[in-house]
Amino acid sequence: MTQITIDAAGIHYTPLNKQIRQAVRDGASEIILNNIMGQRFIGDGLTGNVKITVNGVPGGDLGMFMKGPTIEVFGNADHAPGNTMDEGTIIIHGASGDATGHSMRGGKVFIRDDIGYRGGIHMKQYMDKRPVLVIGGSAKAFLGEYMAGGLVIMFRLSDDEPYAEMGLASGIHGGEIFIRGTVEDWTLGIGSNAQPATSEDLERIKPYILEFSSYYNIDPTSLLNNSFTRIAPVSARPFAGKYTWE
Amino acid sequence: MIIGSRPTKFQVVVDKNQCMLCGRCVENCSYNVFRMEPEGIITNTRNCVACHRCISQCPRDAISIKERPCDYRSHPVWTAQIKENIFKQAESGKILLGGMGNAGQYPILFDHLVLDACQVTNPSIDPLREPMELRTYIGKKPKQLEFIQTPEEDTSLVTELVPNLKLETPIMIGHMSYGAISLNAHKAMAKAVSEIGTFMGTGEGGLHEALYPYQNNMIVQVASGRFGVDVNYLERGAAIEIKIGQGAKPGIGGHLPGEKVCADVSCTRMIPEGSDAISPAPHHDIYSIEDLKQLVLSLKEATEWKKPVFVKIAAVHNVAAIAAGIARSGADAVVIDGFRGGTGAAPSVFRDHVGIPIEAAVAAVDAKLRKQGIRNEVSIIASGGIRQSADVAKAICLGADAVYIGTAALVAMGCRVCGTCYRGLCSWGIATQRPDLVTRLNPDEAANNVKNLIDAWTLELAELMGAAGINSIESLRGNRDRLRGYMLDQSMLDVLDVNAIGA
Ligand code: SF4
Ligand code: SF4
Repeated sequence: MTQITIDAAGIHYTPLNKQIRQAVRDGASEIILNNIMGQRFIGDGLTGNVKITVNGVPGGDLGMFMKGPTIEVFGNADHAPGNTMDEGTIIIHGASGDATGHSMRGGKVFIRDDIGYRGGIHMKQYMDKRPVLVIGGSAKAFLGEYMAGGLVIMFRLSDDEPYAEMGLASGIHGGEIFIRGTVEDWTLGIGSNAQPATSEDLERIKPYILEFSSYYNIDPTSLLNNSFTRIAPVSARPFAGKYTWE
Repeated sequence: MIIGSRPTKFQVVVDKNQCMLCGRCVENCSYNVFRMEPEGIITNTRNCVACHRCISQCPRDAISIKERPCDYRSHPVWTAQIKENIFKQAESGKILLGGMGNAGQYPILFDHLVLDACQVTNPSIDPLREPMELRTYIGKKPKQLEFIQTPEEDTSLVTELVPNLKLETPIMIGHMSYGAISLNAHKAMAKAVSEIGTFMGTGEGGLHEALYPYQNNMIVQVASGRFGVDVNYLERGAAIEIKIGQGAKPGIGGHLPGEKVCADVSCTRMIPEGSDAISPAPHHDIYSIEDLKQLVLSLKEATEWKKPVFVKIAAVHNVAAIAAGIARSGADAVVIDGFRGGTGAAPSVFRDHVGIPIEAAVAAVDAKLRKQGIRNEVSIIASGGIRQSADVAKAICLGADAVYIGTAALVAMGCRVCGTCYRGLCSWGIATQRPDLVTRLNPDEAANNVKNLIDAWTLELAELMGAAGINSIESLRGNRDRLRGYMLDQSMLDVLDVNAIGA
């Protein structure tokens, strides 16, 4: 159990990532990064079992291609945290930018507040790899577009109006999205279908509600008692009927 | 039903006097053209795609195939193809899909360019006697080299060199994914490139375990679908290529239909069996050159700056400016795929009508990068329509560092360019996942054929260079002086930046 603290003030991301990798190679089990201000690619391609605490605002592609580590950010994050991530957990105490969880293949990303456009876009799953994106606030347009697998859960904690952002789950052909409350019809993109979540559905997302609440010190009771809308693909082959042979 | 049936494209005839009823055609035709009946072999000509498998396997040369045995009223504008496409779309209301490369009747610029040879004033070089330098390095080169000299008079290099790919010949094999083509086809090409000392692309379908032994000669691809992409995959490749576009279908994504996603394909792509594999048109984390730069850098960070990163784009109208942006994104090479690039399946309207020829695209990119003083910051790889060694030499004269071949490598393994790869029935075991068809391709024999082809082209390239009085590929690169345009108009000559013959 070695803990290492790095003061990242003024350090470019390449040397910073080198230091992080070196610390992991040296057996660090916890790395605390202080004064992070926009450094990109933190934890990019990092493997192992390490816990990284980020104090500050990380730049884009936090935890991209990451396989294993846990990153907890005390601050907001720039775009695409969890991009093409493979395994591990990212917990953000704040908001994050566009393409959060883009093409995630496994692991979990939790965001306490809002995310930008194209969240969870092109997430996919394979065997035991089933990525999970949990959003405490709300998401901008194109959430879950082209989703091929995995799970997106959105609580919209500070909003009780029906969800109304365009392109929700357009082209979805795998996975599922849960949104607390209702969703305006026009919001749904091509190939998606919305239904009230059943009690079995809610049972399945319950562990993530509890996990989310534990990270942010929220009482899960009201979330557990709320109703959700489940958005799923109409078909696993959305484009199968589009072509004819020459 | 008003349109009714269309004339068959091919007519298959079995010469009863020659046929000895061995039944090999019945076995070999994966399109079910032949049937054995007591009275002899019966053909269902309508199914034929002219893959020529039957002909190649018939021990008695009994089979003949004729194209289009029934003519429409001839018309220069409303051709048979145009009419039949309308019939199909009138019946279905769908997008027409086709395989392989551009089938439009565009003049081939390579065939309007001629290479030079020395006669008296410069001696030509005999490659048998003189060493010819065909080794090529792909990646960034420093503007200048700086050295320091120690008091002991030792000289050491201080300029930091970035990793480059070392090619023994400027011919590589481009990206064709496992899924689009069979594992045996992949194995054959991988074996060939590793024996030659060159590289091939994995395509966007991930890297199958069977290819791990050849990983040092593989370029792994990151496409918008991010199939099979994880940190292990990135680490295995000798280089990483970001696919933005492809010559056969510029501006649109890729789509491997669920029926081709068998268990093995599903595990290399890391998606469930039978699920559609959709690569959307854009990468959704790339909406600008700045975003592209972000992906280039993230790939470099993830692999600790040990691997060159290429960016592949389709040759389109504004290709030079796009390539200049790519050069500034930190990419080590820009791959330009011309509009004759092949594919397993593309909407034929894209395949035949979108994009520009590789000859013009490479010339324009090379000229732009030179003008901006950044040509050394990025290598240029030309692909899409390289059919012979002369095309390689001409592409290099127009500014390429190296070329990717695709269809030519498939033809070396037996492909007859029948263009029906999308049906998954390739009788040569190339563009199929059907186990009985896949086993038709012996990876060792096919590897040998691919290796022979590249070896032969490399020899020819050396001869062409020798004839032109050039002994290193470096001196051929961008060397417009060794090219002349034949029957090209001035505007085309200007784009290619070559003089007309006689000048
Ligand atoms: S489809 Fe191929 S194998 Fe079958 S008849 Fe035609 S050419 Fe022969
Ligand atoms: S790979 Fe096979 S199906 Fe495709 S064009 Fe060649 S022979 Fe035909």
